[in-house]
Amino acid sequence: MPFKSTVGDYQTVATLETFGFLPPFTQDEIYDQIAYIIAQGWSPLVEHVHPSNSMATYWSYWKLPFFGEKDLGVIVNELESCHRAYPDHHVRLVGYDAYTQSQGSCFVVFEGR
Amino acid sequence: MSKKYDAGVKEYRDTYWTPDYVPLDTDLLACFKCTGQEGVPKEEVAAAVAAESSTGTWSTVWSELLTDLDFYKGRCYRIEDVPGDKEAFYAFIAYPLDLFEEGSITNVLTSLVGNVFGFKALRNLRLEDIRFPMAFIKTCMGPPNGIVVERDRMNKYGRPLLGCTIKPKLGLSGKNYGRVVYECLRGGLDFTKDDENINSQPFQRWQNRFEFVAEATNLAQQETGEKKGHYLNCTAATPEEMYERAEFAKELGQPIIMHDYITGGFTANTGLAKWCRKNGMLLHIHRAMHAVIDRHPKHGIHFRVLAKCLRLSGGDQLHTGTVVGKLEGDRQATLGFIDQLRESFVPEDRSRGNFFDQDWGSMGGVFAVASGGIHCWHMPALVAIFGDDSVLQFGGGTHGHPWGSAAGAAANRVALEACVKARNSGREIEREGKDILLEAAKHSPELAIALETWKEIKFEFDTVDKLDVN
Repeated sequence: MPFKSTVGDYQTVATLETFGFLPPFTQDEIYDQIAYIIAQGWSPLVEHVHPSNSMATYWSYWKLPFFGEKDLGVIVNELESCHRAYPDHHVRLVGYDAYTQSQGSCFVVFEGR
Repeated sequence: MSKKYDAGVKEYRDTYWTPDYVPLDTDLLACFKCTGQEGVPKEEVAAAVAAESSTGTWSTVWSELLTDLDFYKGRCYRIEDVPGDKEAFYAFIAYPLDLFEEGSITNVLTSLVGNVFGFKALRNLRLEDIRFPMAFIKTCMGPPNGIVVERDRMNKYGRPLLGCTIKPKLGLSGKNYGRVVYECLRGGLDFTKDDENINSQPFQRWQNRFEFVAEATNLAQQETGEKKGHYLNCTAATPEEMYERAEFAKELGQPIIMHDYITGGFTANTGLAKWCRKNGMLLHIHRAMHAVIDRHPKHGIHFRVLAKCLRLSGGDQLHTGTVVGKLEGDRQATLGFIDQLRESFVPEDRSRGNFFDQDWGSMGGVFAVASGGIHCWHMPALVAIFGDDSVLQFGGGTHGHPWGSAAGAAANRVALEACVKARNSGREIEREGKDILLEAAKHSPELAIALETWKEIKFEFDTVDKLDVN
């Protein structure tokens, strides 16, 4: 019987931090995460950057943080508008927490090419 | 009015038992669990603890009258029964602020847990909690960076951080050690850690380790596009060597170093924390020797006190146990002291073992590190218990993967992110944990194999040190 190794080869993947190891989110899954951000009292914020610069601390804001926005649909539209305006950029959604001055949530919604 | 010198032995309670005393906001308050020798009244035992941990000695001495000892003495102001224990009782003691040097945790502990613990009138004594007054807290620097700054430096948001200790913990050459670091980090961990036993042994001198680890973290960072770090253990035989190692870690551009704060000592720790603040380095804290001090339910110091002391002395991450893994840890008590590490105000809550309101003011928070005997099946419980401001560390649960450390790391990263995603979507992750992990494993052969490998491992022993409840 020929020898067959059961050990797999793990290939390094370039990822974009949180949720980088999960399959791309469906529309409903993105809605869930936006709802979570809003329920925590955080402000949704959309940022984008060219993939060549993805490790930069500062990505470009899309407009301004959506302070106090409670409508899921508005945030989805803004994510899509940003993606249309910068189709080759990474676009990420941030749940900005003004109380801690940190990000309670942050993940890439559209990956640029 | 001046007093007269009256030589001899007085009962401690005449001076140090003051049930009418109302503690001041500036007093340092302590709760001791006392077990006295048979026949000694509680008030006398409690007063003796107050005396021996502050101004008192066994005999009246003439030189007491050169000062106003009433201003400096510690006072026992309350005694309470311990629920479910007929022998022991709690003594609450107030110490005036001026008994302690500003910013010195060493000084606080030398007083509170010094000679008094060997005192013959006591069978057992345990320091359960300290309320540090804001006036003292403001004299301590605290964490060099704190949780918010650490997240910004490492670019990690919205989830617990993921780490592991390099294994085997002793015996690898520097180059082999760096290989294991590289494998873990390329597989998706944020941090790897020197085992606390790794200092600078003949098989692997510190400088050699630091150089190979720096190459490994830099390469993994470059290939994955994510920020990576390795806790370079700077614990050493002397402070001079400790600082030399810290300086070299900085020279190599590494983001984080490590110290063992109990074996190394509070003075060394506070010094290194200040160095980290000044030099922009994160500080990971190990706690070897803690169980010697904190595990016995009637004698020693509860870990919540050691945790509070570390936050004041300085550290950005501290080991807290896992609740679910191979090491001791009661869930409610653990929740109680991780609050002390991370929150700006922690209310008195006996169900979590917190005996006082504790205001931390603007002091930065410390990440809670859960490490020891955990694997991917524990992930839902760990995320639920520890929340986002934690570092979850899987040693055997990473390197023990049948495909090696990189695949083990990826399996844990997938499991972690699946749990965070599910939690954010409103799912009960502890109850639905199995489903969440199995769903995630459909997209990750690494996780599927890890779940299969560790499906039978449980650590279900009762905890030795439990909270005192009826």
